[in-house]
Amino acid sequence: MITGNEAIAEGALDAGCRFYAGYPITPQNELPAYMSRRMPQLGGIFIQAESELAAINMVFGASAAGALAMTSSSSPGISLKQEGISYIAGARLPAVIVNIMRGGPGLGNIWPAQSDYFQATKSGGHGDYHCLVLAPSTVQEAYELVKLAFYLAEKYRNPAILLADGMLGQMMEPLVKNPKSKIPNPKDRRKEWALTGCKGRAPNIVKSFYMREGDLEKLNLALQKHYQLIQAKEERYEGLFLKDAQIILVAYGTMARISKVALHTLRQEGIKVGLIRPIALWPFPKKAFAAKSSSKVRYLVVEMSYGQMLEDVLLTVRDKEQVEFLGRAGGGVPSAEEIIKKVKKIL
Amino acid sequence: MNKVYSRPKALKDVSTHYCPGCGHGIVHRLIAEVVDELSIRERVIAVAPVGCAVIAYDYWAFDCSEAAHGRALAVATAIKRVRPETIVFTYQGDGDLAAIGTNETIHAANRGENLTVIFINNAVYGMTGGQMAPTTLIGQKTATTPLGRDAQLQGYPLKVSELLAQLPGVKYIQRTSLQSVQDILKTKQAIKEAFQNQMNGLGFSLVEILSPCPTYWGLSPLKALEWIKDVLSKEFPLGRIK
Ligand SMILES: Cc1ncc(C[n+]2csc(CCOP(=O)(O)OP(=O)(O)O)c2C)c(N)n1
Ligand code: SF4
Repeated sequence: MITGNEAIAEGALDAGCRFYAGYPITPQNELPAYMSRRMPQLGGIFIQAESELAAINMVFGASAAGALAMTSSSSPGISLKQEGISYIAGARLPAVIVNIMRGGPGLGNIWPAQSDYFQATKSGGHGDYHCLVLAPSTVQEAYELVKLAFYLAEKYRNPAILLADGMLGQMMEPLVKNPKSKIPNPKDRRKEWALTGCKGRAPNIVKSFYMREGDLEKLNLALQKHYQLIQAKEERYEGLFLKDAQIILVAYGTMARISKVALHTLRQEGIKVGLIRPIALWPFPKKAFAAKSSSKVRYLVVEMSYGQMLEDVLLTVRDKEQVEFLGRAGGGVPSAEEIIKKVKKIL
Repeated sequence: MNKVYSRPKALKDVSTHYCPGCGHGIVHRLIAEVVDELSIRERVIAVAPVGCAVIAYDYWAFDCSEAAHGRALAVATAIKRVRPETIVFTYQGDGDLAAIGTNETIHAANRGENLTVIFINNAVYGMTGGQMAPTTLIGQKTATTPLGRDAQLQGYPLKVSELLAQLPGVKYIQRTSLQSVQDILKTKQAIKEAFQNQMNGLGFSLVEILSPCPTYWGLSPLKALEWIKDVLSKEFPLGRIK
């Protein structure tokens, strides 16, 4: 049995992460504590930074030097990291950022929430960029997805965010390490661009600054092409009972677990409910909706926030009449009973 | 005929974008000369600031990283920890190192990171148009202190080098200037020592260089050098601080 936070740390280490920098904040403190213990044993580097600003810029430096690097925090700390994440995206560096979300805005509270969906999926910092965003819903999946996050970050030279909430971070569940995991080891990737000292080659420069006329537009066009490729290849979701469902719940992370309880109860009553659980939040799994969007199936989006993922569902389904919403935030979590009640009201 | 003066290998053959009489170009060259003399071009990694020297990497012929404004020492800390065999230095202005990045500066120094810091003190923000810097002198007129810096309102010139000297992690701090050829040579010697310290694993070394910004001091290049000698170096005394 292991907490979600520790499983994420363990998954990162198994993926080959050898650099971690972070600043304490609840509810993710088990993660850096675990890293501080294990990293030195593996010959890696753990730094308790003086702030989240320093931590994300340390990740920038470590990644520029070719290390598999990661930081973690919770909502207010992730806000502070946004400038750094934008630089990482602009400089085309791989990095993994873990956000164990808590209630906001402001200092908010330490209870679980999903209110950073916009920030994570719509480029939370300045500029036209995207982070890959993965959202686990169990401890086991948190372990798997952080490994995938490293793989994708390295593959696309792009920041990847693991987005979970305080409930998953603190929850204890069994973790089974599958030796036949299909995720390739990102350690094997060659990095001709990394800063190593320019012995035997021309100097490398890691930067996101382009002042010459047209150069920055060129970078942006290249990034857009890159994002289109990611969108085409990296949609991920779990679908339940999509074939016969009259109403499909759409929820991710902890909210998807609760939605599954509601789904099974309703199914026992003979009500045809399905579930779309986005595993990647960016790129958003549009394919999951493709089969059904023409028919008159209804969607119920359930969030621990006030209509953030809802916008992506609306952009995908396009017919407002088909989409309903249930959300609470700031420490409130929609219960299975609330979901059941809402479904019955809709039908 | 013997060639007695040539371009260091560590310096690219490009023309400068700095204003006439600016100190940045001089220090870029001094660093390149030191890198050549220590034969470390193939293992040095520079971290450039946000400031007038943002494109320092267009001049140096070795590996370079950018850093967000003020975060050079966070970036450098990580590079050095990941690649301890390399020689890592930051190049930062007074806004970068002593205002927005003060936290990173103090904590990298306090951790005793084995790094070299080249700190350009020109008493203004050059890149953004000559605003007040933490190092701006009392009475000095800038774009944001049109009546001159007033201690009552804007506080006092910040002496970061003296502050850092208090920290046990800091091994070497020297303040030099570019006011004369002799001072430029002393600056080069200090830069060399700061690099050698890192090569010998001694820890955090910083060279603060009083550097002319004729453009935002409203002075000719020559008068700017005189102002360093007669005014700026009175507030920021030259010499070994630690
Ligand atoms: C986060 C952020 N804030 C502000 C700026 C704007 N900015 C660029 S350089 C600079 C000050 C540079 O002054 P200094 O560090 O003294 O270097 P100099 O230009 O004088 O060499 C500022 C405020 C920025 N790029 N990023
Ligand atoms: S503004 Fe000042 S510091 Fe910047 S290039 Fe010109 S002289 Fe140099």
